[in-house]
Amino acid sequence: MKYPKNGRFGEFGGKYIPETLVPAIEELEENYLKFKNDKKFKKELDYYLKVYAGRPTPLYYAKNLSEKIGGSKIYLKREDLLHGGAHKINNTLGQALLAKKMNKKRIIAETGAGQHGVATAMACAALGMKAEVYMGYRDTIRQKQNVFRMNMLGCEVHPVKSGSKTLKDAINEAIRDWITNVENTYYLLGSAVGPHPYPVMVRDFQSVIGNEIKSQMKKITNKTPDTVIACVGGGSNAIGTFYPLVDTNSEIIGVEAAGHGLKSKMHSATLSAGSKGVLHGMMTYLLQDKEGQVTETHSISAGLDYPGVGPEHSYYKDTKRVKYHSATDAEVIDAFLMLTRTEGIIPALESSHAIAEAMKVAKKGKKSESIVVTLSGRGDKDIEEVQNYLKRHDKN
Amino acid sequence: MTRIREKFAELDSKKEKALIAYIMAGFPNEKSTLSSIRGLVKGGVDIIELGFPFSDPLADGPVIQNASTISLEKGTKIAKFFALVKKIRNETDNPLILMTYTNILYHKGYAKFITEAKKAGIDGFILPDMSIEESKEYLQAAKNKADTIFLISPNTSKTRIQKISKVSSGFLYLVAVFGTTGVKTGIKKYTLDAIKQVKKQTDGKIPVGIGFGVSTPEDVKKYIKAGADAVIVGSAYLKLIEKTPQNKIESKIASFTKSLKKETIL
Repeated sequence: MKYPKNGRFGEFGGKYIPETLVPAIEELEENYLKFKNDKKFKKELDYYLKVYAGRPTPLYYAKNLSEKIGGSKIYLKREDLLHGGAHKINNTLGQALLAKKMNKKRIIAETGAGQHGVATAMACAALGMKAEVYMGYRDTIRQKQNVFRMNMLGCEVHPVKSGSKTLKDAINEAIRDWITNVENTYYLLGSAVGPHPYPVMVRDFQSVIGNEIKSQMKKITNKTPDTVIACVGGGSNAIGTFYPLVDTNSEIIGVEAAGHGLKSKMHSATLSAGSKGVLHGMMTYLLQDKEGQVTETHSISAGLDYPGVGPEHSYYKDTKRVKYHSATDAEVIDAFLMLTRTEGIIPALESSHAIAEAMKVAKKGKKSESIVVTLSGRGDKDIEEVQNYLKRHDKN
Repeated sequence: MTRIREKFAELDSKKEKALIAYIMAGFPNEKSTLSSIRGLVKGGVDIIELGFPFSDPLADGPVIQNASTISLEKGTKIAKFFALVKKIRNETDNPLILMTYTNILYHKGYAKFITEAKKAGIDGFILPDMSIEESKEYLQAAKNKADTIFLISPNTSKTRIQKISKVSSGFLYLVAVFGTTGVKTGIKKYTLDAIKQVKKQTDGKIPVGIGFGVSTPEDVKKYIKAGADAVIVGSAYLKLIEKTPQNKIESKIASFTKSLKKETIL
């Protein structure tokens, strides 16, 4: 779906927002539509993506990993090599540049693992703007490093102590800030969620991932990949990977966080186990109880710890264009260690969900088949979390 | 005429404006809610707004957020809430409005939820995250059953005020300030201008109530003077409930209500 009419992907998406935000959302859509095809804007963004962020990112054939598994060839789309260490910078550069064109002086953002917060702080520093970031209190503890990074980049971090103290609550608080300071503030949302036009705008800025995969695979294999895989929390790296390939024959798989298992209630697998609902301005699949109260989630990776999902993913689930699977914390740790040891690449725990799925798919595949996995970020931020996990489980 | 519009007509004939009080159901427990209601009625409240808690109240400030969390922790559920509404309905004929978030209605099904709410005694709905663009199914479900009270903000354009007032019934809810509920910023000029603008655009066809940060008799006086047909007081009530022992809630609420109501009599 190129540009969703009325902001809807099938029945999903829309704008369920407090009235105060309506003029801001209208202004945003108007400016986004104006600048997205503006030659000067595109040139400026391309410049920053290339010489600041480090695009295009390589497509790496993971020979050791593929041979060890003994099935299809696994290629890694190396978004982990971008400035800041994750795909998030693709979107923050795009939106920060847009905010600048809109003459917005104050930028706010939410963050889960801290990657979007860091990428926002970097883009704003580069473009000479000031950012404030909302982060769940629980996440500020498990991703301490990223809080320090944001502080050093000149960005104020507000720990959010309401609700589950994670990404969902950081978004609530950022929206409350936006309602309060609507006249001078730009809300730089980091995932393909929220009210229209955020899901489509974030997708468009992230589509550089899928577009590069397409042309890189054409050079290597002269065709599109047989399978593409990406992890899904809110779903921004996944939608950027998938969208340019939905009209091809590639099999597409999104991987959610199964945490302690889908039956445990300790997971974040919205599409695998959720039902339709309205949260954060959009209609989409949600993890909620029988009464429509949003439930708390769990994932070993803070970046996937979210009870909703981008509306376009909900649409691809219902139309069956994309398969949504999940990986448990244990599978994720195995995949994390496997990639680290075979290839010398330390993946983010978020991306390790996609690696876990790729290992399953590759095992069943033929050598002539290719799988592209988007390695959305690097795992340096997760070392402590992994260490703790290993300690806990050695004791048991 | 709906119970809400009848109330406005009745007040009009008495040369009074409406005092609307918001309290969160089940905060800090059901007994306190019933005591609060008795206090409100005794103090002369005109319309009662009952909050039903939602896990993610993104239009609400810290006071209502906290009340939502406590109410949910105490086990507030839809069926229990409707049973409470029935009890309240047995004690008062005042209009009762339910304020919650869209997902609570959507999840049960708009038609089913509204039918059950109506049966329990609810006269209207306020959903702060329901925009007119997404409201088709909601409006259909509420037609001839309950009033749909939409919100207007000081930054809402003239043409949009017209659009919103077309789908609104009962009254229009003008948000006083840029911000969430319960934030004290003092009375702003842009708010007074907004009251005039909304009154002008709606031309007396629908009453205009003002809420968010309205907390004292002085606030009430100033907003009524500026032309509001109703004032909505919420967080101030919750703060009072929070700090008052259970056995004093009824009398404290009654005297606070009296002090607010006095300022709505012209």
